[in-house]
Amino acid sequence: MVKKGLSRIYLGLIFLFLYMPLAVLIVLSFNNSKSRVKWGGFTFQWYTKLVSDPIIMDAFYTTIIVVLVSSVAATLIGTLAAIGIQAMRRSGRSIMLGATNIPLLNADIVTGISLMLLFVRFTELGLSTVLIAHITFDIPYVILNVLPKLNNGASAHTYEAARDLGATPMYAFFKIVWPDIKPGVFSGFLMAVTMSLDDFAITYFTKGPGVNTLSTMIYTELRKGILPEMYALSTILFLLALLLLLIMNYRSARETKVR
Amino acid sequence: MKKHLSPIAFLLCFSLLCASLVYGCGNSDKEEDDNTLVVLNYGKYLDKDVLLAFQEETGIRVKYEEYESPEEMYTKYKSGAIDYDLMCTSEYIVERLIQEGEVLEINYDNIPLYSNIDERYVDYSRAYDPDARYTLPYFFGTVGILYNTTMVDEEDLGSWDILWNPKYKSQIIMENSVRDSFVPALRRLGYSINTTDETELNEALDLLCNQKDLVYSYLVDASADEMIAGNAAMALIYSGEAAYAQEYNEDLEYMVPQEGSNMWIDSWFIPRTCRHKENAEKFLNFLCREDMAMKNFEYVWYATPNQAVFEALDEEIQQDTTVFATEETLDNCEIFTNLDGDTTKTYDYLWKKLKSY
Amino acid sequence: MFKNRKIWLSGPYMFWIIAFTVLPIFMILYYALTNENGGFTLENLAAIADPIHVKALLLSLKLSIICTAVCLLLSYPLAMILKGLKLKRQSSVVFIFVLPMWMNFMLRILAWQMLLSNNGIINAVLGFFGIPAQHMLNTEAAVVFGMVYDFLPFMILPIYNSIVKIHDEVIDAAKDLGAGSITIFFRIILPLTMPGIVSGFIMVFIPALTTFVISDLLGGGKVLLIGNVIEQSFMQGSYWNLGSGLSIVLMAFVLLGMALTNHDNHTGGAAVW
Repeated sequence: MVKKGLSRIYLGLIFLFLYMPLAVLIVLSFNNSKSRVKWGGFTFQWYTKLVSDPIIMDAFYTTIIVVLVSSVAATLIGTLAAIGIQAMRRSGRSIMLGATNIPLLNADIVTGISLMLLFVRFTELGLSTVLIAHITFDIPYVILNVLPKLNNGASAHTYEAARDLGATPMYAFFKIVWPDIKPGVFSGFLMAVTMSLDDFAITYFTKGPGVNTLSTMIYTELRKGILPEMYALSTILFLLALLLLLIMNYRSARETKVR
Repeated sequence: MKKHLSPIAFLLCFSLLCASLVYGCGNSDKEEDDNTLVVLNYGKYLDKDVLLAFQEETGIRVKYEEYESPEEMYTKYKSGAIDYDLMCTSEYIVERLIQEGEVLEINYDNIPLYSNIDERYVDYSRAYDPDARYTLPYFFGTVGILYNTTMVDEEDLGSWDILWNPKYKSQIIMENSVRDSFVPALRRLGYSINTTDETELNEALDLLCNQKDLVYSYLVDASADEMIAGNAAMALIYSGEAAYAQEYNEDLEYMVPQEGSNMWIDSWFIPRTCRHKENAEKFLNFLCREDMAMKNFEYVWYATPNQAVFEALDEEIQQDTTVFATEETLDNCEIFTNLDGDTTKTYDYLWKKLKSY
Repeated sequence: MFKNRKIWLSGPYMFWIIAFTVLPIFMILYYALTNENGGFTLENLAAIADPIHVKALLLSLKLSIICTAVCLLLSYPLAMILKGLKLKRQSSVVFIFVLPMWMNFMLRILAWQMLLSNNGIINAVLGFFGIPAQHMLNTEAAVVFGMVYDFLPFMILPIYNSIVKIHDEVIDAAKDLGAGSITIFFRIILPLTMPGIVSGFIMVFIPALTTFVISDLLGGGKVLLIGNVIEQSFMQGSYWNLGSGLSIVLMAFVLLGMALTNHDNHTGGAAVW
């Protein structure tokens, strides 16, 4: 019983540690003062100002586009790649995995600058270069999530058996491989979204003029004092994610009931 | 045969999709109408409403980029990644770019409102733009000490020595930029802030290394907020930041020490990469317009060289020496000049040394 | 027999990796091996021997090792506790730890700045209990703290994922055969969670080794890590060649660390998430 109590306390402390800064930011989004260190009373004004600010909204849309397009593309490329890598012989597989690890091992800033050096030579910087950069560092997360699921399942043999029995590759894939890797693909996608959303250094170096994501916008504001609208926007993003979590949990709870 | 085909066909389709996606995006970047203006400026150094008003009145689309430190801006510009039309930065970087032939002459005939700029400040700007052909002064100010009257003894004030007073251990905020941090040390030693003498610079470094233990943090513009919160007793700071901080905390006072300091001027200029010079000059003219310059002044709180704005201000603000330093103070200050490449390298190395000390 | 054709599915990725991962590395390598005038030099690689850079690298190693150790010590018991809760949906655990990352990390670090500062929230709470204010911000400890905060989820998730895979039957069987709880931990649980620990180690150690934003924000510019040196080479002065050289050296260090920890992990990336 004591043990259970202790573990509850430990769990609570870890959650406090992880969520305390978020609480601070959410409180700040209601602070009726431009300075982040003075409490000026409760207000909703940053939320209303936020919506009417074309520059912030523009950065917001850019962020959404970059995050969604890059993580969808990365999930597609990465999932296919994982299936391909799985089928490779050991030597080929280690080469591919080694290369996959490079973006994870490099400092963000090195990845960002090296991509910039490349882009500058061949094209103009713009939104597309940011997309390419994000896809590049998103793919490894997808592969590393999908690959273990492929290794675990006995699906390779089942897949071949299905093909021998005349199933088309597509049919065999969706009937046999897909259910196995679905959670991996999903968590890979989730990681890709998270990484894209959080990235600053790589975006900063590969973005073209006038392209701003929330991260790069926050960076330039970082030292001059963050606009309170940013806290409001982050709060909204956070609540959206929370809502998503709740919906997913609700749905899966229902699914288990139906079963 | 058919069986063999489908994964490959799928693959092909997918590659095509990817390619068209990337290509499509790349295209849309270029296809935009050309009535644009690419501007690079310090972070939070221009009221957004001014940008919006400009776009509305002229139909020119402004692509607005911001940066943190002038060195960072220099890197970004030099990488050639983006063709900027109009830039704003500190005097010594402007001077370097002029010397490198990276700056185009401004056609002041296209900027009728240039007459709003006070002659005095155009004269100051001759320190880095001798014939006043390349630049348009935007804001200016001094570097000094912002202190909290409840935490600092009055007798310690007046000199840079206060930054080395062990009484204020872990309560001093320094500037996190190379040249600004050397100003107090060099002036305290009685040297010019534009010295290229390596022994003098090394002496200054020793002073700064000794001071590091007393320093709370090296910050750029967050120092104002830290001072408002009362996290430190004093900060080496730009005058405009000091004025901003005073708005929120009445215990804060600003001083320029008697040994003298740095006067800085940020100016607009048109770089060689400019592709929309006409638009750039239109924008400069717009910035000189009294209502717009006023908006920017009220947003930034640095001293404006715009005479029309100055005259429209309340007397109280006109005489606020934090914002508008007295002529006496300004005469006691030096303007940064561009250092030769070797000295810049020495500076950067000494800076790294200080940070790892 | 269908295996070989599957390899082609990784075609787009191969193209991608060559164009946007390998090629850029060569760009960096090119800069690392040339001087400002484009001539060949090893100077930029040798620059790591400069006392300032050695000091920064050692400090980075020290802080990132501490950070990784703390993350491991915090995560392991947590993963055991979470396993004990027997949650039906494991992905919601993932979500709970990933969720904070949906707020921009610079803002979150900024929030810690406010919590830890001299006049900050934590000191106010301490003051309420009569404890004198502590100087916490802008120290090496604060930097480690920030690292632990930012990278902890990357340690928790892989360990949790490998620990929930252990079937209770295995542990029960060991118990039946007379193993004590210490034996069970060291002979069964620990070996089975090793892949998770290795993934967690990599996911925490590497970003901690190369970070510059955290040391900037929580170190108050007083803590110079190797990441800061590289960042400053590119951003504050135009020392691209030097910055590239140091990056290559740092990359070599990371690869070395990988080789030491990862030699028996053939599948690679097993149980990362």
